[in-house]
Amino acid sequence: MKYLHLVWTALFRRKTRTAFTLLSVLAAFLLFGMLDAVRTAFDAGTNAAGVDRMIVSSRFSIIQPLPYSLLNQIQTVPGVKAVAYANWFGGTYQDPKNFFPNFAISPNYLDLYPEIVLSPAERKAFDATRTGAVVGATLARRFGWKIGDKIPLIGSIFPKRDGGSTWTFDLVGIFKVRNPQLKGLEQQMLFHWKYFDEANAYYRNQVGWYIVKVADPAQSDRIAQTIDRLSQNSDHETRTETEQAFQLAFAKQIGDIGLIVGGIMAAVFFTLLLLTGNTMAQAVRERIPELAVLKTLGFSNRTVLLLVLAESMLLIVLGGVLGLGLAALLLPAVNAAAGGQIVLPPVGMATWTLGIALMLVIGLVVGALPALRGMRLNIVDALAGR
Amino acid sequence: MTALVEIRKLSKTYVRGKQKVEVLHGVELDIAAGDFLALMGPSGSGKTTLLNLIGGLDTPSAGSITVGGQRIDQLGSGALARWRASHVGFVFQFYNLLPMLSAQKNVELPLLLTRLSAAQRRRNASIALQLVGLQDRATHKPNELSGGQQQRVAIARAFVSDPALLVCDEPTGDLDRQSAEEVLGLLQRLNREHGKTIVMVTHDPKAAEYATHTLHLDKGELVEAAVMAH
Repeated sequence: MKYLHLVWTALFRRKTRTAFTLLSVLAAFLLFGMLDAVRTAFDAGTNAAGVDRMIVSSRFSIIQPLPYSLLNQIQTVPGVKAVAYANWFGGTYQDPKNFFPNFAISPNYLDLYPEIVLSPAERKAFDATRTGAVVGATLARRFGWKIGDKIPLIGSIFPKRDGGSTWTFDLVGIFKVRNPQLKGLEQQMLFHWKYFDEANAYYRNQVGWYIVKVADPAQSDRIAQTIDRLSQNSDHETRTETEQAFQLAFAKQIGDIGLIVGGIMAAVFFTLLLLTGNTMAQAVRERIPELAVLKTLGFSNRTVLLLVLAESMLLIVLGGVLGLGLAALLLPAVNAAAGGQIVLPPVGMATWTLGIALMLVIGLVVGALPALRGMRLNIVDALAGR
Repeated sequence: MTALVEIRKLSKTYVRGKQKVEVLHGVELDIAAGDFLALMGPSGSGKTTLLNLIGGLDTPSAGSITVGGQRIDQLGSGALARWRASHVGFVFQFYNLLPMLSAQKNVELPLLLTRLSAAQRRRNASIALQLVGLQDRATHKPNELSGGQQQRVAIARAFVSDPALLVCDEPTGDLDRQSAEEVLGLLQRLNREHGKTIVMVTHDPKAAEYATHTLHLDKGELVEAAVMAH
């Protein structure tokens, strides 16, 4: 600690250059914080997927429906504890731009998703109301909905049997999700499949996918094979997979977010390495006589090495912490500006840990060559300007 | 008087490209404790090289240097750095203060290598600045001080850790006459009142008059020794 002021003053010897370098480090780690939030948001569903849940969907396409009659058959498969089902509805509110996920669900769907927290009274009201719907708190905030509201959705995919396309739902509950990784679920609207099945114009006794709760996750593979054999060689062959695999495949329809984010960050950090490496090399080159003076006074080679390394690490850590801190401040603003359409998680402990590890490694790499140069400098030559 | 510095058969050869240059050869010299020695001679005579060797900044090609009973020519770089920190103070022609640090912090630098607390370091540096008459300039950066003042700060830095030996390389070479006299007077006071042994390289005969002894070097050999009575 007694050397801190030496490191600090050396770092700010050329204020403008240090300020610009700090800005570039800040920008790199701001980007890292934001992109890691995007990656985390995509991974969240996958990582937080129920380990004891499997999804049964059409082998050919997620939009291909499955017959309702499969329900009984799946329920009889050994190892299956419970079966729920759901259907994608794709309705929009007032304007096609107001898009959010909305599903028609079976009566026991919420039992299979304990992460969706609804008060007992609201659950009771939902079960008792044929046209009832429950929405996530984020979605309710987005449109200013409250319990008791009637919510008209435009069913652009599924018109009603009476010829209209407006489906009116009674909002009977607003659910929350405690796990911050699953906050995205709070953008959903859920309503009864039975109402959907009875009221839509042409879709009868069909479901989008089944959710299977298994008694023992270790038996998942066997259960999946048994379920898929039920429909073998039919016109509705199924693919049964863990919820995690299902969500991963769904997310990969957009692209491998982890790979994209990793690629961008690798390019950013590589550029940062070159930029700050050059700056540090220049800064140390200018200070060779001063380092020689320190050695003259009795500072050891090792101390000089550590002083230069500390300087480069301080530079990167300072810029990096500011960048990640700024990302932490901006993420809620981005979420607010997106009006709930995007919910990026806050900069979490994992991101901070990875970020600080990256800062230290980059600081070490950037400072290594200048530090070695400082350590090896010959006092007599350096003082003589050779 | 016992010798603080004993130099025997000292030689120093530099390799510059393919050329070998013998800068010092066979130097024999004793410097008594409490002496103020001026080293004079033409450019390239080996004065600064001899000074660097005495101060432990460089290592000899042959021969021995003993300071305070310790063979410093046999020390490794780490041990030599520790020896310099506690036994010798340096004053350079161009002061060599760290430009970003205040006078006070510059003087405190050698004390960072000691076990003194921050408060003790501050106190010792203040006393050193007081001794060179610059206590009121403690917070000033080097570029806010005149050349003479900077050199006085450098002298304070040289003796703040109380070394027995001060080595000064052309300490007045960059100063006007008045500042030079102030600096030389200060060195003389450190020698006379505080018992510091001083070895000073100079081109200036007037500066050499402040020393108790003057030695001349030419082509790497001591050619003349004059005992001055002051």
